[in-house]
Amino acid sequence: MRIGPDEPCVPGLLSAYPSLAARLPGAALPWLRRRRDAAIERLAARGLPTTRDEDWKYTSVAAIARRAFGVECEAVALDEVRAMVQRHAIGGTRRLVFVDGRLVAGLSDAGRLPAGARVESLATIADEGGGDAEEWFADGADGADGFGLANEALWRDGAWIDLAPGVELDAPVHLLFVTTRSDLAVFPRNLIRVGAGARATVIEHHVGPDGAGYLSDTVTRIVLGRGARIAHTKLQQEGRKGFHVADVAAEQGQDSAFVSHAFAFGGQLARAAIATRLGAEGCEARLSGLYVGSARQHIDHHTCIDHARPRGTSRELYKGVLDEAARAVFNGRVIVRPDAQRSDALQSNRNLLLSEEAEVDTKPQLEIWADDVKCAHGATVGQLDADQLHYLRARGIGESDARALLIRAFAADALAGIEHGPLRARLESLLPGALPEAV
Amino acid sequence: MGKRSVQLDELISQEYRHGFYTPLDVDAVPRGLSEDVIRLISAKKQEPAFMLEWRLKAFRHWLTMTEPRWATVRHPPIDYQDIVYYSAPRAKTDGPKSLDEVDPELLRTYEKLGVPLAERELLAGVAVDAVFDSVSVATTFKEKLGAMGIIFCSFSEAVQNHPDLVQEYLGSVVPYTDNFFATLNSAVFSDGSFCYIPPGVRCPMELSTYFRINAKNTGQFERTLIIADRGAYVSYLEGCTAPMRDENQLHAAVVELIAREGAEIKYSTVQNWYPGDKDGKGGIYNFVTKRGDCREANSKISWTQVETGSAITWKYPSVILRGDNSVGEFHSVALTNHWQQADTGTKMIHVGRNTRSTILSKGISAGHGSNAYRGLVKVAKSAAGARNYTQCDSLLLGDRCAAHTFPYIEVKNPTARVEHEASTSRIGEDQLFYCQSRGISAEDAVSLIVSGFCKEVFRQLPMEFAVEAQKLLGVSLEGSIG
Repeated sequence: MRIGPDEPCVPGLLSAYPSLAARLPGAALPWLRRRRDAAIERLAARGLPTTRDEDWKYTSVAAIARRAFGVECEAVALDEVRAMVQRHAIGGTRRLVFVDGRLVAGLSDAGRLPAGARVESLATIADEGGGDAEEWFADGADGADGFGLANEALWRDGAWIDLAPGVELDAPVHLLFVTTRSDLAVFPRNLIRVGAGARATVIEHHVGPDGAGYLSDTVTRIVLGRGARIAHTKLQQEGRKGFHVADVAAEQGQDSAFVSHAFAFGGQLARAAIATRLGAEGCEARLSGLYVGSARQHIDHHTCIDHARPRGTSRELYKGVLDEAARAVFNGRVIVRPDAQRSDALQSNRNLLLSEEAEVDTKPQLEIWADDVKCAHGATVGQLDADQLHYLRARGIGESDARALLIRAFAADALAGIEHGPLRARLESLLPGALPEAV
Repeated sequence: MGKRSVQLDELISQEYRHGFYTPLDVDAVPRGLSEDVIRLISAKKQEPAFMLEWRLKAFRHWLTMTEPRWATVRHPPIDYQDIVYYSAPRAKTDGPKSLDEVDPELLRTYEKLGVPLAERELLAGVAVDAVFDSVSVATTFKEKLGAMGIIFCSFSEAVQNHPDLVQEYLGSVVPYTDNFFATLNSAVFSDGSFCYIPPGVRCPMELSTYFRINAKNTGQFERTLIIADRGAYVSYLEGCTAPMRDENQLHAAVVELIAREGAEIKYSTVQNWYPGDKDGKGGIYNFVTKRGDCREANSKISWTQVETGSAITWKYPSVILRGDNSVGEFHSVALTNHWQQADTGTKMIHVGRNTRSTILSKGISAGHGSNAYRGLVKVAKSAAGARNYTQCDSLLLGDRCAAHTFPYIEVKNPTARVEHEASTSRIGEDQLFYCQSRGISAEDAVSLIVSGFCKEVFRQLPMEFAVEAQKLLGVSLEGSIG
């Protein structure tokens, strides 16, 4: 589907920018202003991606392009949000709550941090002069699509997590992004830097009310030092009418480990790009995901694991359960660069189709430029196994219970490797509600 | 991995064996492409009006198209005005009636390639419709086939003698608007093979065409049309070699297969065109559109290909599974050495109920070769009970080669079962060691392992082809360990 230049989304953002620019965080920093200006220019030239872009072949963003979104945050009544925050809070975490794109200190509690650890609002950092952010702000955004550019130009806040070498965060950082209003576009931007040997768990959690048609366009950049480890869990529970476009990219140092879990349950159109570059020797990347769609949801995951240097290991497992007229897209790209000898990559995508109307488009993609490698991928699409159903029913379990059991078992794999107990418990309690009712 | 021996290097860098050039009188049209050239080609071939119409429609459509850029292949831009679109060996008489009348120069060429027509005719029992450049020069076994009602002839003859069949089926699988190269082919194709198997007839022998590109700077644009009527069976072989040439040559063929109710078509290809020298100079650009249509219930189309030649191969033999219970198969070995590039795969479009497809793709990359599998498995909403199994394996020999896999899977029916598996690895050191410790030389061991890697595909080939394919792999690859 072509997106005409007269669709209101991009022009709306472009026209909002000039008056907004001076009030955006870090407006006093010339380099930051230049980056924002450049991004706006490229957004004007490029617009939003269309299905003619290979990366967006199966995902039309026409529904986003057709809407005019406001970018001004209004004061929110904290009491209304408080209930939502409480509902989504996860025990035993350091919490930062962002409402309509901005940190609300009154709802946040980062707890006592060990020396060398900083968990703050990116807006504050930018307003205070940006620290040494300039060098690691650069993220190769030249290749960014319209959503990445809009975020780069218009971001107002997000988390800044900076761990000095060797620092270990005992409790996970829970970043809760709440969008409250319809027709609002928010652009959270998170920067996470984990020094050599440092370790942290970050939960990036997106929620919103079911009735609101808003756009959450997020960017998360993660830099791992030598031997560092980060577990990043993305929990997407946007409202049923919300639009969600996320871009998570990690750059790994030597012997570092990047563990990513992505759970996508909400949104009418949700897209997540999760990429990691194994940029030094001996890196490890583990990506797993679960997407559950029903009604007319469209859920898209694009992952990219780039083995740039030798002796990297990657493991990827994405599972999907699709019901009613839901549509899922999975594109898993594994690249092994010419010098990345002794790379070892496994990738798997499994999909369960439960209804006549559901649809899956999957493309597990291998690009290998080195010879001393071990790479394999697999993809399956199917329905519940009749033999397994029969087995359960022969033991006196009713059909709907048997189906529910099998669906639950299929999805449960994606929870493996979640270490934080309360998060695990939350996901386990979410699954029955998220998974389709047995038919 | 250890150092490679001088001997192995020699084996890897072995030059193309089929490099020779037969000087012949050639009857060619002027360089370049225009409506006049197309009218000229059509007039030379004395075609009925509907053919000229069709060619011109294709040409006009082609002018609106741009060359595709999505494949992972690189080549300098092609100047379509610098190609001779028609070249036929000049007829000394009114055309050969038997092998004795065929230009001995031509026959010697086949001899060098190892397809002595006379011998094949007798010993191998193969009817050869040999395409030398563009016009068929010898068609054998025609009478025997004719008695069974089988039509096997050159495309030009079919246009003259069976215009109704041509008009009914031409472009019904690959329409003239299909893609850049197919559209170009539709406008300028000079000849090719035509085959019609009447209802209930099982073709008693393998039909075979030996394609050959000879004259300098002629693109070869054949068109093959095979129709298996209700309950018919045919096995068709296509083999290709070309002489050595420094300039790149364009080859844009179209193959259309139509299987009606209960019919089966087996189409096998061994492609060994000039791949360019070891520095990547020269070689054939092979941009081919091949598609089969399982038009009615219980039909089956199976593609088997061994691709060892060409500088660039761009080809996706596909099957549209329209009839209920129809079956599509794709078996492929693609080998790239030196600077060869292959972007190949298949499309299985499931439309009918209980349709099944199997894809087995083996890619071997050596030297600076680049090998991509690009495939689509599409299950339409109507294709209840559809089943697909795909396996793509890549073998890497040398640290500067590349292997890519781009499988597209689109499923719109929940009762479908689609499975895709792919693996990429190099020859195991343990396997080599095992063989070598038993006194098998390194190059023999590699050859053995590669043969084993390709075995499942070779098994699908008719016997003569399987032997040839093994030989080709041996020549192109033996000892390619890095």
